[in-house]
Amino acid sequence: MIHTYELNGYHILLDVNSGAVHLVDKLCFELLSFLTPPLSERCPDAALAALDGRYSKADIAACYGELYRLYTDGLLFSEDSYAQFADQMVSSPVKALCLHIAHDCNLRCSYCFASTGDFGAGRKLMPVETGKKAIDFLLKRSYGRRNLEVDFFGGEPLMNFDAVKEVVAYARSKEAEYGKNFRFTITTNGLLLNDDSIDFINREMSNVVLSIDGRQEVNDRVRARVDGSGSYDAIVPKYRRLVEARGDRDYYVRGTFTKYNLDFSKDVFHLNELGFDQISVEPVVAPETAPYALTEDDLPAIFAEYEKLSRELIAREKAGRGFNFFHFMLDLDQGPCAIKRLRGCGCGNEYVAVTPDGDIYPCHQFVGMEDWKMGSVLTDTLDLEKKDLFARTNIYSKPECQACWAKFYCSGGCSANSLQYAGSITKPHRLSCELEKKRLECAIMIKAALSE
Amino acid sequence: MKHIKTLNKANLKESAAKGGCGECQASCQSACKTSCTVANQKCEKK
Repeated sequence: MIHTYELNGYHILLDVNSGAVHLVDKLCFELLSFLTPPLSERCPDAALAALDGRYSKADIAACYGELYRLYTDGLLFSEDSYAQFADQMVSSPVKALCLHIAHDCNLRCSYCFASTGDFGAGRKLMPVETGKKAIDFLLKRSYGRRNLEVDFFGGEPLMNFDAVKEVVAYARSKEAEYGKNFRFTITTNGLLLNDDSIDFINREMSNVVLSIDGRQEVNDRVRARVDGSGSYDAIVPKYRRLVEARGDRDYYVRGTFTKYNLDFSKDVFHLNELGFDQISVEPVVAPETAPYALTEDDLPAIFAEYEKLSRELIAREKAGRGFNFFHFMLDLDQGPCAIKRLRGCGCGNEYVAVTPDGDIYPCHQFVGMEDWKMGSVLTDTLDLEKKDLFARTNIYSKPECQACWAKFYCSGGCSANSLQYAGSITKPHRLSCELEKKRLECAIMIKAALSE
Repeated sequence: MKHIKTLNKANLKESAAKGGCGECQASCQSACKTSCTVANQKCEKK
C-alpha cells in the first residue's frame, strides 16, 4: 500500500508497510498512478503512452528505474508483515493510570466531556487511601514492567492537591522495593497554581499539561469560572512562572479548538507569543448536536488552517524561531515500534482510569459509562474479559483501518471516540480520522520542507 | 537518484523485529487525552 499526495508544492510518497517516505518529482508522482504491484523491470506501456509527449521517453524510463529500485529494496509497495503480530495480541500488564484525583472543578468549560468535572456522578475528591490502593493495584498488575505512569486528572487535580502529594510520596516509597520507575504527570486548568504547587510539580512531574485555549476572547468564551468570568488573566502569569522555573523538562500548554475558533492557528501563535514553545491545540470532542461541535462541513476550513499552520511553522523553524506543535510531532527515524503501532493508546488493557470511588474504567473518557466499568482498586478486581477485548482491538480488527494508509501513525484512533460517535470501539470515528490524516500529511510535508 | 529523494527508510519493518517491550509511554498520557497520535511517541530502547 502506498499513499501519494501533493502539498505545499511537495510531491510525497509514503510506503505504508515499510514506513519509508520519499520526496518525488512531478513525473514520478504521475508515473506512480499507473503502477500496481508486482512491478516488472520494464515500465508499463500504458504509463509510457500516457506520459509520452510531456516527458521524454528516456526520462520516463529513468524515473521508472528509480522506482523499481525502491521496489526491489523493499521501500515501495512493500508487503504487510504485521498481521502475524496482531494475532498474538494478548492482555498486557497494566502500566499506566489516569488517576481521577478530583471529580470537581473550579471552571465550567462549556465543552467539558466530564460534565464540568463530576463525570455526571456528583462532585467528589479521591480519598488518599483510595489513591494509595490505586498505586498498590498498579504495582501488582504491572508485573515485569518497570516504567509506570500516573496522570493526575480531574476535574481539577489541584482541588485535591494534598492527596496528589501523598500519593506521589507513597508511590516513590515503593519504587526501590518493587524495582519500578514512576513517571507522574498532571493536567491542570491553572487557577489554583501557587509557588508551592509549582515547586512540587516541577520537582515530581515528568510532564505537565496546562490548559488554555489561546487568545483571551477564545479562551474566556468557553473556559469560564463558576461566576461566568474568564480564566485567562489568572492563569497566564502562573503558567509563565511554572514554565520558566521548569527548565528543559516537558510541558505542554494545551488548548481545545471548536467551531467558535476555526481560525485556531491564531491561537497557536498567540500561545507562542506568550512565551510558550511546547503547544498543543486539539479538536473538541463533542456530539454533533452541540453548538460548538466540529462537523464534516468544517473540514475544509480546518484543513486550510492546518496547512497555514504548517507553512508558518516551516518559515519560523528556518528562521530559527521554531516551536513544537504536538500534533505535527513525528519522528520518522526513531518513533515507536511497529508492535506498539498496532493497538495504539492501550486503553482498557495497559492503561486504565480510576475514579474517586476507586472504580476502574478503560480510560478517562469511559468514566461514567456503567456498562464499561472494569473493576475496583478497593477490592483489587479487574474484569479480564473486558481487558481482553481491548487487548485484541487493533488495526487488523477494524476493517476501515486495515484499508487506511494512516494506520501505523494513529494506530486505530481513540476507542472512546469510536464508541461514542460511531457506535463501537472497532468502528473509527470518520471526522477524527479525517483530521488525523490531514495532520499527518502536514507533519510529513514539514519534514520534507525542513530536509532541504 | 534524480527523481526521488528518500527521507527515511524501512524503519517500521526494522522496529518490528526488536519491538513490543511495552516500556514506552502510553500515548494518551502525553498531551492529548482526546485525540490519538501514536507516531509521535518515543521508543524507550533508543
